[in-house]
Amino acid sequence: VYPRKLTIDDIEALALGAWILGTGGGGAPYHRLLNMRELYRDGHEVTLIDPISLADDALVAVLSNMGAPLVGQERLADPAFATKPVRTMECYLGRTFDAVMSLEIGGGNGVHPLMVAAVTGYPVVDADTMGRAYPEAQMTSVAIAGLQCFPLTLADIRDNEVIITRAESWKWMERISRKACTEVGSIAATCKAPRTGREVKDHGILYTTTKAIDLGRAVMVARDRHDDPVDAIINSADGVRLFDGKVVDVARRATEGFLRGQAAIEGIGADAGSRFTVHFQNEFSVGYRGDAPVVMTPDLICVVDSASGDGIGTDVIRYGQRVSVLALPSPPVFLTPQGLENVGPRAFGFDLEFRSIFPAGPS
Amino acid sequence: MSRIGIDVGGTNTDAVMLDGAAVLGAVKTPTTEDVTGGIQAALQALLAEPDVSATGIEAVMIGTTHFVNAVVQRRDLNRAAALRICLPSGASLRPMVDWPEDLAVCADGGAYLVEGGHEYDGRPLALLDEKAIAAAGQRMRADGVDAVAVTSVFSPITAEHEERAAEILRGEHPDLRVTLSSRLGRIGLLERENVTLLNASLADLAARTVSSFERALAESGIAAPLYITQNDGTVAAVDIARREPVFSFASGPTNSMRGAAFLSGIDDAMVLDIGGTTSDIGCLVAGFPREANNVVEIGGVRTLFHMPDLLSISLGGGTILDPSTLAVGPRSVGHHLMEEALVFGGETLTLTDVAVAAGRADIGDRNLVCNLSAATVRDVMGWVERHLSEAVDRMKTSAVGEPLLVVGGGAILTPETIAGISEILLVPNHGVANAVGAAMAQVSGEVDHVFRDMERDELLRRAEEMARARAVAAGADAETLKVVDVEDLPLAYLPGNAVRARVRVVGDIANVAEGGDDGDPTP
Repeated sequence: VYPRKLTIDDIEALALGAWILGTGGGGAPYHRLLNMRELYRDGHEVTLIDPISLADDALVAVLSNMGAPLVGQERLADPAFATKPVRTMECYLGRTFDAVMSLEIGGGNGVHPLMVAAVTGYPVVDADTMGRAYPEAQMTSVAIAGLQCFPLTLADIRDNEVIITRAESWKWMERISRKACTEVGSIAATCKAPRTGREVKDHGILYTTTKAIDLGRAVMVARDRHDDPVDAIINSADGVRLFDGKVVDVARRATEGFLRGQAAIEGIGADAGSRFTVHFQNEFSVGYRGDAPVVMTPDLICVVDSASGDGIGTDVIRYGQRVSVLALPSPPVFLTPQGLENVGPRAFGFDLEFRSIFPAGPS
Repeated sequence: MSRIGIDVGGTNTDAVMLDGAAVLGAVKTPTTEDVTGGIQAALQALLAEPDVSATGIEAVMIGTTHFVNAVVQRRDLNRAAALRICLPSGASLRPMVDWPEDLAVCADGGAYLVEGGHEYDGRPLALLDEKAIAAAGQRMRADGVDAVAVTSVFSPITAEHEERAAEILRGEHPDLRVTLSSRLGRIGLLERENVTLLNASLADLAARTVSSFERALAESGIAAPLYITQNDGTVAAVDIARREPVFSFASGPTNSMRGAAFLSGIDDAMVLDIGGTTSDIGCLVAGFPREANNVVEIGGVRTLFHMPDLLSISLGGGTILDPSTLAVGPRSVGHHLMEEALVFGGETLTLTDVAVAAGRADIGDRNLVCNLSAATVRDVMGWVERHLSEAVDRMKTSAVGEPLLVVGGGAILTPETIAGISEILLVPNHGVANAVGAAMAQVSGEVDHVFRDMERDELLRRAEEMARARAVAAGADAETLKVVDVEDLPLAYLPGNAVRARVRVVGDIANVAEGGDDGDPTP
């Protein structure tokens, strides 16, 4: 039922669910969750609205924090900072926004626009443009739909702001904004190209905020009841369990601004005797059982703690962890030819023909 | 030449004397409220052992759980101010933001956020606001707060702003005890700040405790130098232990793992320490505990620093069973086992009782548990085996069969076999493995320095020389020093090809003059 006032419990569940949907990337939502607890303690509140209720000419801010999660570990997160590029964009456009939404529901950015909403009073649209986390600007539903990629505003924590008024393509927007981000310390708050209500309704990935909240809540309930939280994720998000095991080897390297590598998992229980390898480039991108690729982007590859159901980031996965590998269905937009070109295995350097683990297509 | 190792636990104070690999004497005495008295009693009992002599003692090493217990039990903490050098970033999340309320109340000495800090590549984030730091120092003095935790953004990359802040603060408030986060923690501002604040809030207790250790030694007539054992299996001179008590947090489990390695002669193994309430599982690599590389919670506070990688489960000799449902734990009779367990005439069914009924040990009176059915005993011991096996397996990092060393008072619960474990060894003298681990602790020297305009080989050689010099200054025998950790990190954007290098060396304690010199080991 919309509009819906989110409780702090909803936001705790959102943080948990967003970290799972981050498929290993997007940075942990912890600092943003701490900020939300503080904001709610001070009496702030956030309202979630139905994307379908947006007027066609409504103006929606698409928000994200851009940069290296490592830098975020030292700079923390701040609602006032997250709000800066929104105000800059409003000045540039000469009008105010009607609502805000997430660029990506996965990881810390799933909670990011809620900080802005709490400070500004704007409602949050129950939608995003990835349904997960991906590293680059062209890897969104709105880029795949060919919508306009500019303008973009970007703010530094100091008194530096950048407006990118035009870019030839989403890839150019990625290159230019990445350069600015690196220059201000590899972390920046951004307001991406604003979207009309019509564009959100036609090309957004809808109801992902609720999906993340439901996912997080399912895990919390399972923990309380001492049920298996991994089963709870599968039931809540129509996923499949691919492998249970223990991480026995992790190799990582930082190249061209990406965290690349792989984690080898040795099977336990029903999977005893076999080995599963997940490759990552910021997010988990391809999974092999033995030598055979069995799951690949854009299907969501989630690696979670088998006991707690918590998401595990590609930057923190380590030896000895008991993990379950799950696949969740991709948003349909990524399964189109244009979608696969932008986010299929080849976009991440794997010479593989995409085959979904969900044979009937997306559920 | 001999050494004394003392483990001051919450319940018992254990003391051993070692000569080379030989345990000359070992005693267990109760820990007293007055720490000095308990250690004196332990030393007196040790010196009364037939093979123990008070002469020729080369060093005394004490390991203690005092500091971590103070945090867990929220007692004996002093107020500590937090100075965070971070603005314009980090303003919305105040220091102690994610601490449990009851702990924050004990330790909160005010928070001061000022401009400054660095970027990941060593460039400044903002100019250091020296005026604001001076004002903060004045305010701390006016408030009667005399300990402070200073945390600057990216200080593990460069500690320049923290060090300057310490100078300014001491200028305004000469009695202030200053802890710098760059000395303690890693990247991750909140977690590093948390460790720094815990350290600052232990300033009084650390000073008091270390002094009572010194007094106990003096009053026992032992003139050998005193060392305090650390999380990583090495020792620190007393003046360092006074300043950095957080580095002693995990010395209990570390000493027991190191002691297990020493007593068994096996340097690479899994270690299972079964106590009265919990079991700790760790992993020894080359005789030292494997280090944790993620967040470790201490008393509900998230921290990230040098800590051994341990898994604790609620399973020990005193773990209580529900007599009707046979549900196991997590409650335990703890150190009241000798009064409360059935085999000792008590009224509480514990895992020790079941182990006795299973014939694993002959302690207490077995007749008092003869009414436990064979099926019950089998089921409960099966449960114990499953839980311990799973916990050991969780901590293993390879599929290769490794030995498992078992220590601790609850060792009778050890299963006969565990999957993935090549052999299970009950370590001799396992009841005092902690004190043995303390006695055999080594001295380390570490350098963490930014070098400019040098080739990699040369700067690493220079760093190693500095680390060796520090270890020798801290009392190490130069002949025995080994490099245990080398890390170099190029800092782009800093002028002059800057490279941050960290080198750590470890060696045995150098023999001091015959009969024991009353030396301060650090010149």
